[in-house]
Amino acid sequence: MPVQDFEQLFQQKIDAEDKIEPKDWMPEAYRKTNIRQISQHAHSEIVGMLPEGNWISRAPSLKRKAILIAKVQDEAGHGLYLYSAAETLGMSRDEMINDLHSGKAKYSSIFNYPSLTWADMGAIGWLVDGAAILNQVMLCRTSYGPYARAMVRICKEESFHQRQGFETLLVLSRGTDEQKAMCQDSINRWWWPSLMMFGPKDSESTNSDQSMKWKIKRKTNDELRQNFIDMIAEQIKVLGMTLPDEKLKWNEEKKHYDFGEINWDEFWAVVKGNGPCNKQRLAARRKAHEEGQWVREAAMAFAEKRKLKTKAA
Amino acid sequence: MTHTFIKKLYYGDIPEEKGGGSNYQTKDDSTTWPLWEVFIRSKQGLDHKHAGSLHAADAQMAIENARDVYTRRMEGVSIWVVESKYITASNPEEAGELYEPAIDKIYRHPTFYQLPDEVNHM
Repeated sequence: MPVQDFEQLFQQKIDAEDKIEPKDWMPEAYRKTNIRQISQHAHSEIVGMLPEGNWISRAPSLKRKAILIAKVQDEAGHGLYLYSAAETLGMSRDEMINDLHSGKAKYSSIFNYPSLTWADMGAIGWLVDGAAILNQVMLCRTSYGPYARAMVRICKEESFHQRQGFETLLVLSRGTDEQKAMCQDSINRWWWPSLMMFGPKDSESTNSDQSMKWKIKRKTNDELRQNFIDMIAEQIKVLGMTLPDEKLKWNEEKKHYDFGEINWDEFWAVVKGNGPCNKQRLAARRKAHEEGQWVREAAMAFAEKRKLKTKAA
Repeated sequence: MTHTFIKKLYYGDIPEEKGGGSNYQTKDDSTTWPLWEVFIRSKQGLDHKHAGSLHAADAQMAIENARDVYTRRMEGVSIWVVESKYITASNPEEAGELYEPAIDKIYRHPTFYQLPDEVNHM
């Protein structure tokens, strides 16, 4: 069968909402797009542990510390589900890790911003995880089976993250003047980067879109971003705080919130490696990997030894 | 039908050419841990079900890692692990021939038999 026929059959399967599984035929570009997207998603989970890990030792109570540890552990788990999904497409874990460490592979730019105060743990949970969840809920229905299954697992765990974040801010919003100020400052710093998480405006691409046709994605950046803004603009009222956007206003006609212009120069600067923490994050990842090498080697040596012992017995 | 591959930038999907990049190379790791498939029984009386995969040095470590990765919220009471290389899978391209023998045997299904109403619950 010529390749065109394979591609046609493939598209028919997608249109019929059949999932694509690892051993099924797929266009090379579909494989590549999925590998890039899933591995970047995995890297984001792993690098995402850094700004939060930063606060584990300084959490204000034992309860908050236990919660934060559990959350960071979840992020590691999410990274692993996703790496496994990407591996089914034929890229090895080592290659992916190397691409992250060399800077060839990207991760979500949001994690290149610093976590300066305890309130940031709340804002990250509420805004950053909140934005991620909208994307992830959509991805539960993505066309590649292993990716969709990993997403279902992740979504089940993610709602705890957002709720604990909101609750952290809620406590601060009802605290002293200083705590209230800390809460507002954190929201001010995380709001715009959270909106950037959804990626460039749809109008930047005028062509019909392959990822949508292949049902890897099912909603556009602008749709997801608007959903997010509509949701947060309501929730912030409960906190009694404000979002740092003078143009944010309910539009009765559209039944959506209008909002101000996002600073896309900042977005691209951070993507290209010039955000506040890009170098620090990569350095931390490389250090962890290099310093873990002896552990990986020791575990292998121990496994070999155990095998020999079992044989001898 | 031919595909013109059109790139669009999505959340979590940033194209490589826009990135910073460097020549950093992870030190050659001679000890890649093998890949394991993990199966979990969610409660007594149910089958083990495929949960996902992970890397581990040996079976014992695979079970411990599976505990951490796949049962953080009490999702399991029993874990099986098997090295992925020992799993043989059927080929989707041969699915037609493989399952063809079952297609024309509708008499294997109970609904094939029309019985009088008086014969309840058979």
